[in-house]
Amino acid sequence: MKLDALARGCGEWLRGTGPDSDIVVSSRIRLARNLAEFPFIRRCTETQRRAIARLVRERVAEVDAWSGTEYVDIQGLGDIDRQLLVERQLISRELSKAEGPRAVVVEPQETFSLMVNEEDHLRLQVMHSGFDLEPAWNKINHLDDLLEERLPFAFHEQLGYLTACPTNVGTGLRVSVMFHLPGLVLSREIDKVFRGLQKMHLAVRGLYGEGSQALGDFYQISNQLTLGKTEEQLIARVAEIVPQLLEYERKARQTLLEHNHKELHDRVSRALGILRTAKTISSEETLLLLSSVRLGINLKLITDIDIATVNRLFLQTQPAHLQKIRGRELDTAERNEERAIFLQKHLPAA
Amino acid sequence: MKCQHCEKPAVFHITELTGPEPQEVHLCEDHAQLFLAMPGSESEEAAPAAPSGKQKKLAKTAEDLSRVDQSTCPKCGITFHEFRQQGRLGCAHDYDHFQRELEPLLSNIHGEKVHCGKRPRTAGAEALVRAELNRLKEQMREAVDKEQYELASQLRDQIRKLDKDGTNS
Ligand SMILES: [Zn+2]
Ligand SMILES: [Zn+2]
Repeated sequence: MKLDALARGCGEWLRGTGPDSDIVVSSRIRLARNLAEFPFIRRCTETQRRAIARLVRERVAEVDAWSGTEYVDIQGLGDIDRQLLVERQLISRELSKAEGPRAVVVEPQETFSLMVNEEDHLRLQVMHSGFDLEPAWNKINHLDDLLEERLPFAFHEQLGYLTACPTNVGTGLRVSVMFHLPGLVLSREIDKVFRGLQKMHLAVRGLYGEGSQALGDFYQISNQLTLGKTEEQLIARVAEIVPQLLEYERKARQTLLEHNHKELHDRVSRALGILRTAKTISSEETLLLLSSVRLGINLKLITDIDIATVNRLFLQTQPAHLQKIRGRELDTAERNEERAIFLQKHLPAA
Repeated sequence: MKCQHCEKPAVFHITELTGPEPQEVHLCEDHAQLFLAMPGSESEEAAPAAPSGKQKKLAKTAEDLSRVDQSTCPKCGITFHEFRQQGRLGCAHDYDHFQRELEPLLSNIHGEKVHCGKRPRTAGAEALVRAELNRLKEQMREAVDKEQYELASQLRDQIRKLDKDGTNS
């Protein structure tokens, strides 16, 4: 798999289908694992890190379920390629910026990936479109079994899977569900909802933007605790709140439609208008406007564009993607022009 | 702003007053969770106490801390002080070597002390029995919480049986 090809398509998890995919963009599960015979990453020498990467690469190649996956050496990549992988959520920002031998194993459909030498030796993740946690768990559980048969993991009788940070010990599990919540943002109810979630030991993060500020109304909700509960229980805790959050968002959208129909219709039409006609546009503005368009499609205020297209544009209008597609490095001003051209091409006027 | 211990964005901004001068601390979510759970942190000392008692406790805590801080893992060479600074352990053995210090930390973070999730299949029959026991005990606790007493007593019987079989074999 060439990274150029990657930039032109988009992962299975963004295809915009799956249960409740009008609001739940994706379901992700990750497992943190360490190899028993090596120190944790911070205490590993360069040689040890190289040995881990080589060992993982060899063992992974033996597994049928992993055939067709690509081993990508992050150390050998240029800045744009690294950023491309971050934008696609195949690797973390931390792994892209770290030093020394490190890698990611990517399945071409992007339904799973394995980070090597991040904070832990291994970080396996599975991504599904829509609200689809149970299948995602079955899948990652199986992939983990296959790895475990070949790589002895650091495991403690009492504490479970050992991780570099005690906040991940036990199951090493993080369950994340990504929501698009423009209704709750527009009706200013979002903070209230999130305060409730935090009381339940669930973490809320904006997908774009730092901290709690979320550009484009995308929020990721995940578990914080990893010890003392089974994986199924931890997953159930996150899954439990999804129907309620869906109901809040649907109600907020319905209320907006009933009481502010004209304003809402105006808002989404203007958003689409700007995306179709701008000559230069920043990635922040693009995120904000695409979010309105996504809402407009789900409420049938916009009928000539599909969700999959908008999901893809969220990804492909980001800086590294634009540069990859254009085939060269671009400064901010050039990117803003290229972005406008790209949007016009993919959002043709009806 | 970046977390002062890692590359992640800082979301907690704390002014620490325990040292000679107030200190600004900027932490990501993980590191903040660790910081707040660390023995000797503010949350630990927030318990009301008589002024003199509290003073004594603080002095003792400081003494304990500096002794603990110098403790070094024989396998990877990390000191507890380094762990407190970086928030990341050095090797798997640290969980045993610093067991006494980590136990309250883990309880503060997770509210639990014992793993009852997945286990490597290769870890041996005894490990499997123990895992099953943990799982059943957890289910029993839940059943009691939900006042499902019939289910709880069924689970208790299962636990007893497994416990006996497990130790006999
Ligand atoms: Zn941090
Ligand atoms: Zn160690």
